[in-house]
Amino acid sequence: MRKHHLHPCGNYKESYTDELAIFSSDYGRLWSMAGLAALFCAVPFISPPYLLYVINMIGIYAIAAIGLNILVGYTGMISLGHGAFFGVGAYAAAVMSATFNVPFLLSVPAAGLLTAGVGMIFGIPSGRLKGLYLTIATLAGQFIIEYVLVHWEGVTRGTEGITVPAPTLFGISLRGDISFFYVIFSVLTLMIWVAVNLIRTRYGRAFIAIRDNDRAAEGMGIPIFSYKILSFGISSFYAGLAGALWAYYMVSVTSEPFNLSLSVEYIAMVIIGGLGSIAGSIYGAVFITVLNESLRWLTDLMMNFGFITESGLNMAPLREFAFGLAIVLFILFEPRGLAELWRIIRSSFRLWPFSY
Amino acid sequence: MDFFIQLLVNGLSVGFLYGLSAMGFVMIFKSSSVLNFAHGELLALGAFVFLSLHAVVQLPIAWAFLATLTGCFVLGFLIERFFLRPLIGEPLIYVIMLTVGLAAMLRGLLLLIWGGNLRTLPDFLPAWMDIQAGWLRIPPVYMAAILVGILFLVLFGLFFKYSAQGIFMRSVADNQRAALSLGVHVRRVFALSWGIAALVAGMSGIILGLMNGISVHDLSAVGLKVFPVVILGGLNSITGAVIGGLIIGVLEAFTGGYLSPSLRDVVPYIALVVLLLVRPYGLFGLVEIERV
Repeated sequence: MRKHHLHPCGNYKESYTDELAIFSSDYGRLWSMAGLAALFCAVPFISPPYLLYVINMIGIYAIAAIGLNILVGYTGMISLGHGAFFGVGAYAAAVMSATFNVPFLLSVPAAGLLTAGVGMIFGIPSGRLKGLYLTIATLAGQFIIEYVLVHWEGVTRGTEGITVPAPTLFGISLRGDISFFYVIFSVLTLMIWVAVNLIRTRYGRAFIAIRDNDRAAEGMGIPIFSYKILSFGISSFYAGLAGALWAYYMVSVTSEPFNLSLSVEYIAMVIIGGLGSIAGSIYGAVFITVLNESLRWLTDLMMNFGFITESGLNMAPLREFAFGLAIVLFILFEPRGLAELWRIIRSSFRLWPFSY
Repeated sequence: MDFFIQLLVNGLSVGFLYGLSAMGFVMIFKSSSVLNFAHGELLALGAFVFLSLHAVVQLPIAWAFLATLTGCFVLGFLIERFFLRPLIGEPLIYVIMLTVGLAAMLRGLLLLIWGGNLRTLPDFLPAWMDIQAGWLRIPPVYMAAILVGILFLVLFGLFFKYSAQGIFMRSVADNQRAALSLGVHVRRVFALSWGIAALVAGMSGIILGLMNGISVHDLSAVGLKVFPVVILGGLNSITGAVIGGLIIGVLEAFTGGYLSPSLRDVVPYIALVVLLLVRPYGLFGLVEIERV
């Protein structure tokens, strides 16, 4: 049944297929295709190198944020260890390519799978714990993984770090922002597609059932423990994939970036973007990355004016403050995040002039 | 053997400080079930305000001390009023993330005002606190920690047992809805518990600062180490917080002394995971874990 009309101003779904459809009208599909085409054909060529770098970082963060949203937003388990899983993926890819010369095409998914395994191990406490106890367990996981990354020197080379050789894909050497743009955004598009469709399958619906009421879910015959572990695995797979891309893109991998504040940043992305919304994770990644970069830009600007350097102030704390403020304001005023804001804007247009 | 006993004493003393830091945390959790990730920042805030009041405003020690504690109490009150109260009844993740955001804000503010360097607090402890028993020496800071810890334990014990507000707090912790229907002013209880918790945190921050000097990063790290301590002791037991602190302190000291110094900082978290799997409600906590 093809529909070529605009959104109806009400819920007129007649079948479950309608309910499950990703695009409720053909215009949505058309616009996303046009957006994708514009993204792939125009963006890398018209944006200056710095902007392209920022866009690439957004892409990488968005992959990991989608993973975290599957865990937090859809399965309802709060994880404070996502930054560490991201680091596991980065180190896995770096070790594989630098030490064992594993090709790019193999090492990235392998890093994802390895991280999924690690994530499943740290998801085991979810069998007995939920809510804040589980959050504390993932916090412990964050510290333990961080410790292993720094101190397992035989593999991770400790604080010295690993330099990743330039990857080749189909005989083309990947260096520079433009080639990485294509790799990162192809992976991101694929992973969005997987995530959106995963939520529509029995697995996704089971995750949502566990989030909404775990006892009822168990009563309806969903084996909660295995689904929780699966959710941890999928979420960590996304983190590992993003980490692997990050490692190749950044060239050198050290353990410093993968600390608790990275995990907090991921949680902030998911909350600011919107819990339980795939699009929201992308908005969140955009928001946090742009916030970080504009605060950095502001810092540089103030440095140039000189009145900051004179007073000897370090501007990094200001970034931390603004970051915390953004989280607090979103939670207090729009806890459902940017995705909800976007929905409100859209529906007020759709329902115009009867919006209320 | 000497080494063993010295490690034990060190561990116990550090552990007492952990226990002291954890008290305020447990206070908040007990009454409002909020997991406060900004606790380390509250510790740091107390210590830095005290330092400034003493060194910059030149208040005498006793006045600076009192002013700091009052300030902390008011701050805790305000945090509850403006940040936590709108979230009563909201899902757990928002409350947790709010305190995480609050932690980032406070840390940024502290670093902006006082910078990231290590400062030292003036040493004002009287000489009689320096205890020397044979070859075993307990420095005055540890003595102060032990005294303050015991003082707070007794005060809290009396407060919860005899004062009306303390009984209100216990009733809210036990069953919020029942307390509400019996006319307990639940919001006031929340505000009061945040105020008291911030006060205790400020106090512990000052004592921690006396021992190692104060730096924002170190004190916020202590705020995270509170988690293994309170899980071990039980999330809603103040006595448990102190005993959990002692055990974690000794565990750290022995790991650092016998195994490897680098393992020292991570061993509380390993213990935490094991503990969560075996006995998530801790030694003295309320057994209310449901297994689904």
